[in-house]
Amino acid sequence: MEYEISLLTIMGISIIGALSLNLIVGFCGQISLGHAAFLGIGAYTSAILTKAGIPFFIAIVAGMLLSGVFGLIVGFASLRVKEDFLAITTMGVAFLFMGIIRKQEVLGGEMGIAMIPGSGLGKFGYMLLVMLLAGALILFSIYLKNSWMGFTFNAVSADENTANLIGINVANYKLIAFVLGTAFAGLAGALYAHNIRFIDPESFGFIESITILSMVVIGGMGSVWGVTIAAVLLSIFPMWFQFIEDYKLLVYGGLLCLIMIFSPEGLSGISEKIYAGVRGKRSDASS
Amino acid sequence: MLFFDLLVQGLIQGGIYSLIAIGLTLVYGLLRILHVSHAGLYTLGGYIALLVTNLTGSFTLGMIVSMVGVGLAGMVIYRLIYQPILNKPPFVALIASIGMFIAMEEIYRIIFGPYGITFVDPPLQGTFTVANIYLRHSEIAAIVLAVSLITALSLFTRYTRIGIAWRATVTDPEMAQSFGVDVIKVRYLNFFIGSAMAAGAGGMVALLNNLVEPTMGSVPSYKALAIIVLGGLGNVKGTVIAALIIGISEAFGTIYLGDFLDRDSIAFALLILVLMFKPTGLFVRG
Repeated sequence: MEYEISLLTIMGISIIGALSLNLIVGFCGQISLGHAAFLGIGAYTSAILTKAGIPFFIAIVAGMLLSGVFGLIVGFASLRVKEDFLAITTMGVAFLFMGIIRKQEVLGGEMGIAMIPGSGLGKFGYMLLVMLLAGALILFSIYLKNSWMGFTFNAVSADENTANLIGINVANYKLIAFVLGTAFAGLAGALYAHNIRFIDPESFGFIESITILSMVVIGGMGSVWGVTIAAVLLSIFPMWFQFIEDYKLLVYGGLLCLIMIFSPEGLSGISEKIYAGVRGKRSDASS
Repeated sequence: MLFFDLLVQGLIQGGIYSLIAIGLTLVYGLLRILHVSHAGLYTLGGYIALLVTNLTGSFTLGMIVSMVGVGLAGMVIYRLIYQPILNKPPFVALIASIGMFIAMEEIYRIIFGPYGITFVDPPLQGTFTVANIYLRHSEIAAIVLAVSLITALSLFTRYTRIGIAWRATVTDPEMAQSFGVDVIKVRYLNFFIGSAMAAGAGGMVALLNNLVEPTMGSVPSYKALAIIVLGGLGNVKGTVIAALIIGISEAFGTIYLGDFLDRDSIAFALLILVLMFKPTGLFVRG
């Protein structure tokens, strides 16, 4: 049971992390290569606050808020630049974040922060909390996707210039997506910190950003279910199959590359194609 | 003489950065792709140069084999990864390239082991001193290589037919094609030259550190991206200047900013600072 509980907890955190990036990349079409840094901000905030004696729930909310605030600042600075420039800028922000943390003894420096207090809910309770939050974020994502704001995000993602032309304030909507996404990333990071109870700058590096991005891309950018399923698969496969754990980066990297070449819409695109294929055959037969 | 020491170290580092970044900016200029796996080719260059040197005892031969071999590998990457997705939105190629890069690093780890390999008998280890500045022969070789490759490239694009066709294709692919330029050939050439230069840098870094490890390309891969953005994406002259600026600011930054920022994030601090004021980079494409 112990093992299943920890598996489900990690799965839930992955779902929150992947869906938070999906808000930015999937819904709004803004490529971010530095998402792990925002998980890091949430994790560090929450870890330091709980170590100072602040209750767990207040600490994770604080982590979420601070991460959102940083998201707002980074968004202001980087959303002026587009596409390729944005991808590199977000990556740069993440490097800057790690570079600064490494040199600050107050933040644990290279050694990181150990002995982070747990949630006080017990392992099972914590798993329930994580699952509940992940479920809530899934529902929120679906709600958002079908709301007016979701349609607007879609327009911005599809064609920025046309969206601008029909009177959408593109910059504002990008900023909203960025703040929402980074705030939820902060939540995922805080939950991660209290689960593993040890964090260091390496935990939120470029590879982690890419791991989260793989979940979004493999699931299919913008598809809530696709991304959720990809997050589940990519977080449990490495635990089930030792082979995948040993060659994790080869598998992730290879998958990213192959999916982009053969089906850039990811799992959701593949399943839609199969579904359309089955329907197409049926209508052929009936006609 | 600390000032001059730092300046020279910065220039050496900047020379190596420009060799790596030129290939990236060439690919971006021609295809609008951020070719992240370029750094994987740079690492491959380091491995080949080192292994051939250890096998034959000749570093020159090692460098030549490495540059030609990696140039060919670059053409293979273009054919297998980029050609099928040229008409897709830009993020598709970017993510495919990142995936390829991560997979390449993992392949090096599986084949060559995680700890890195060294020269059996490292060449060019002598030193000499000019005006109180202490230099290793290998450092001089790095400077000479960088200067000669960059000069050769600029002469090539200015005075040969294929070089002129190349510049024409970068400026306007359709127009070049209608004038009879074989655009596909130009792309292959582009990947060959860019990758060969990265391999040159890889071989040199292998020699300077006497070490090649699977993750050797990680830091340069991100940093080269910062450099080509600073240089104005696709602008070769701007890229070389930006590489030198980054090399020198890192050399000085390590001394003066060391308590606050680690060396590898200086490039990005500079990048973000510049993009705040000039969202198109320091140099306009030209």
